[in-house]
Amino acid sequence: MLRLEKRPQPSRLWTYLTPVLAVVLTMLCGGLLFSFLGKDPVLAIRTIFWEPLFSEFAFYYRPQLLVKGAPLVLIAIGLSLGFKAGIWNIGAEGQYIIGALCGAGVALAFYPMEAAFIFPLMVLAGGLGGWAWAMIPAFLKVRFGTNEILVSLMLVYVAEQLLASMSLGLLKNPQGFGFPGSRNLQQYPSAHNAELIAGTGMHWGVVAALIAVIFAYVLLNRHMQGFYIRLTGDAPRAARFAGVSPTRLVLFCLGVSGALAGLAGLFEVAGPSGVVSIDFNAGYGFTAIIVAFLGRLHPVGILMAGGLMALTYVGGDIAQSKLGLPKAAIQLFQGMLLFFLLAVDLTTNYRIRLRRKEAS
Amino acid sequence: MSEILLQIEGLTKAYPGVVANADVSLTIRKGEVHALLGENGAGKSTLVKMIYGLVKPDSGQMVLRGAPYAPAQPRAARAAGVAMVFQHFSLFDALDVAENIALGMETPPPMRSLAQQIRQVSETYGLPLDPYRTVGELSAGERQRVEIIRCLLQSPQLLIMDEPTSVLTPQEVEILFETLRKLTAEGVAILYISHKLEEIRALCDAATILRQGRNVGTCVPAQTQARDMAEMMVGSTLHTPARGPRTMGDVLLALNNLSRPSASAFGTALKNITLSVQAGEVLGIGGVAGNGQDELLAVLSGELLTPADAVQFMGQPIGQATPQARRRLGLLCAPEERLGHAAAPDMSLVENALLTGVQRKGLASRGFLKWGAARRFAEDIIARFDVRTPGPDVAARALSGGNLQKFVIGREVMQAPKVLVVNQPTWGVDAAAAAAIRQALLDLAAGGAAVLVISQDLDELMEISDRFAALNEGRLSPAKPTTGLSVDEIGLMMGGAHGMEVAHV
Repeated sequence: MLRLEKRPQPSRLWTYLTPVLAVVLTMLCGGLLFSFLGKDPVLAIRTIFWEPLFSEFAFYYRPQLLVKGAPLVLIAIGLSLGFKAGIWNIGAEGQYIIGALCGAGVALAFYPMEAAFIFPLMVLAGGLGGWAWAMIPAFLKVRFGTNEILVSLMLVYVAEQLLASMSLGLLKNPQGFGFPGSRNLQQYPSAHNAELIAGTGMHWGVVAALIAVIFAYVLLNRHMQGFYIRLTGDAPRAARFAGVSPTRLVLFCLGVSGALAGLAGLFEVAGPSGVVSIDFNAGYGFTAIIVAFLGRLHPVGILMAGGLMALTYVGGDIAQSKLGLPKAAIQLFQGMLLFFLLAVDLTTNYRIRLRRKEAS
Repeated sequence: MSEILLQIEGLTKAYPGVVANADVSLTIRKGEVHALLGENGAGKSTLVKMIYGLVKPDSGQMVLRGAPYAPAQPRAARAAGVAMVFQHFSLFDALDVAENIALGMETPPPMRSLAQQIRQVSETYGLPLDPYRTVGELSAGERQRVEIIRCLLQSPQLLIMDEPTSVLTPQEVEILFETLRKLTAEGVAILYISHKLEEIRALCDAATILRQGRNVGTCVPAQTQARDMAEMMVGSTLHTPARGPRTMGDVLLALNNLSRPSASAFGTALKNITLSVQAGEVLGIGGVAGNGQDELLAVLSGELLTPADAVQFMGQPIGQATPQARRRLGLLCAPEERLGHAAAPDMSLVENALLTGVQRKGLASRGFLKWGAARRFAEDIIARFDVRTPGPDVAARALSGGNLQKFVIGREVMQAPKVLVVNQPTWGVDAAAAAAIRQALLDLAAGGAAVLVISQDLDELMEISDRFAALNEGRLSPAKPTTGLSVDEIGLMMGGAHGMEVAHV
């Protein structure tokens, strides 16, 4: 009979080992899945994990990793702060959309003026937009005790409707021959979030993601506010006793995660995407939840998890086009990663003991 | 001597890393009250769990009424006539007494006849209880009666009682003892677990003393000094806290007619509480658990806010001040619940030292933490309060209850508070550590601080406090000097016998 025994302390070793184990298990089960679909499992896994980094076309794929990874890391860092304190913002996708709309709105309002202040102003608007969208569930939670999980999630769908309305109406390109979608910000130099070094994929969003990682690391390990966040997650009553105000913590965590998600949206719309369109959002806000947990809610872990997730995105795209794997199979593959992580996570706090059944 | 009911020989039970019981033997005779004495962790619980079939012994044997006895589970123990009243009740608040009792039975009779049986048992043994009252409305003493009646309905031959008086007022204790004496007169044997020596001397016929899992002696309590029994339990000479002469100073903390409705459905509302503590004074607050102790601590710590004037610190209204602001002023608290309230279980001792120490010990500047200083603070607490731990980086939950308690009390005492409020400072702590904690509280008062001790241990309160008041259903009695206070007076301050109009014994 298998028996779980609580460890006196969380195991250090397993804390670091579980993400690796989860990746390995995902590869095994994913491979099985791909072979059921009639594909060569080894080739499929190799395509996803190897091709983007080391194949002959890697020079094209590698920048893609930064482009995909940056928004994931940026959003996941914000989410992880709340998750640590037991505040669940599931609506980063919506905050991402609103950030993009606000940033793009600022740019389009100034079009075609060229000025140095436009891009910083867009960044500010993007962050504020995401922050404001996250303040809705935050305010409702602290004022009326609503569940932030439901409210933030439902606001994603509201944001999607708003996005559709904007790309068909207010922000539509007047010179776009009636097609939906805004002007392309890539062709508006003052607003373009261009690559900082050509051909590397390095844009301001990547810089922002790295700053966010450092910011979160310092906050959690060196600052009282970060200590209070961790304390609230571990023992809410002890946090009240220490003097943490739950209200302020909810506003802070949802605010930061909303602002970072908004920034991610802004950097995306001003850079790699360029246009506000109906299908602008690609699910970064949801995938970032996986990234946050895969990275064990640790800033450096999230950085690495973001890279890994970007790899499965880019590699998944290659596998779709080269091997004809269905998109759903790739998504399932990414979902498996979170599933296995949560499953093997048990080993950090529990010891699994095999033991004979005792006379009951 | 009457005939032997239960004979235990060489019972041993080891858990990974600790031997809970080593070669324990004892004999219980029919109609006797047998005391099982020992400090926390001495192995009393493990022993009774083996008798009640909750734990299987590694070796050794038990003989019940001449036949080998090895209950595989509590059901088998109950069938053999062994019943147990646990220290923590397992009752459902929303159900009535009869329903609760029916839930614990294998084949409950129809409600009407069960209620009849409950009435009959409660009258026979002087345990007044209405079978149709909702358990949520009952006092702790009445809840205990539900548990006892539940056992008595099975007509047991051996009744095990785990610290039954810890939740009772002195008057309720008397009633319980009468009941137990009636039971023994009928030939029922009682295995009585406690560490309250005077009680054991009053009630028990024989005593077995356990220390570190071993049987270290037996005695006849009525003929043995309490001090001798205590020294057998502890295995060394006891050090009684010294209480020097003290000079009282100004009033440091005062509550003025403080009322606060309960925050939750199962909490207790505080009603018109007025008290004051002077510099150099120890004020003891007694009362049965659940009569507003947690709420009182929370309004003092700042977890619950009140009208500003209701709580005054050195004349300053602080009812609306945050916990941090109160700490800066010098009002410190140590709650009862160690894990999860006073300390965060998964955080290290360094982090837990930071939890309340950050303000007064200057462990942060402009919000940035000084880990080095926090570590030194944690190490100081560990050294001065003899906290047994491999080091300050160990998670709080890895410490034993007593060690964590020493850490929690030490953390507050070492911040040199002007007023210290502690709830159950020595609960679950061994005698030596308890003496050290009490001494630290007395030293603090001698140094000019005001100390407010909330406790359910009356002996402790009588030992260290200058004045005594009792909480009863959220109301606080006026404080009286402890010198010359009789047990009867204390009992009446605690509300007498809860929920008993007539104690018909």
